[in-house]
Amino acid sequence: MRVQEAPFDLGAEASAFAARQAGMGAVVTFTGIVRDLDGSLDHMLIEHYPGMTEKALRGIAEEAHARWDLGGSLVIHRHGQLGPDDMIMMVATASRHRKDAFEAAMFLMDYLKSRAPFWKKEVTNGAAAWVDARDVDEEALKDWE
Amino acid sequence: MDVLYFAWVRERIGLPRETVETGAATVQDLVAELSAREARYEMAFSDPAALRVAVDQKLAGWDTPLTGVREVAFFPPMTGG
Repeated sequence: MRVQEAPFDLGAEASAFAARQAGMGAVVTFTGIVRDLDGSLDHMLIEHYPGMTEKALRGIAEEAHARWDLGGSLVIHRHGQLGPDDMIMMVATASRHRKDAFEAAMFLMDYLKSRAPFWKKEVTNGAAAWVDARDVDEEALKDWE
Repeated sequence: MDVLYFAWVRERIGLPRETVETGAATVQDLVAELSAREARYEMAFSDPAALRVAVDQKLAGWDTPLTGVREVAFFPPMTGG
């Protein structure tokens, strides 16, 4: 689990993660990318709560390992300034079976969207606005309860 | 006790963190105490439903006791991922 300002290399991270797994038949990766829906986004700023962020991510990963048969998991989440199409974060899970790997990756994504202390601000045409949390993201957590 | 603010809460209050001498028994009492200080605090805390709170870096409720607590943080709902 890493929280960093610097970009990451998805291919290198995914390959290194897969290489660390012994006896795992399935690796799932998910990558979140900065969207620019109407071409007006200048950049995005991501703020986080150092200390709590790491604890929250560790807690979410521990929960995933308790629920599914996982050989390993990885979360990388960036903060600071990001441009359109930049990679924000990635999740990787490894399991003996693809179902566990897929479900655990979904679980990690759903929880880190609403339970890890990150906040996004979008700067468009010189105006900055905090991104509102979406009800649908909060609703998604109910499926895991 | 250290009190931290993030995202628009930080912007409205105008600082990221401060040390507060308080006898507040719960998070709610601390919010009432801070809100009574100045308009910018009152504005930041005007809609508790729009806020989340963490006590010693764990998400917590408004009635959480503050005995022995070192750090309280206020912020809007999180938007990670």
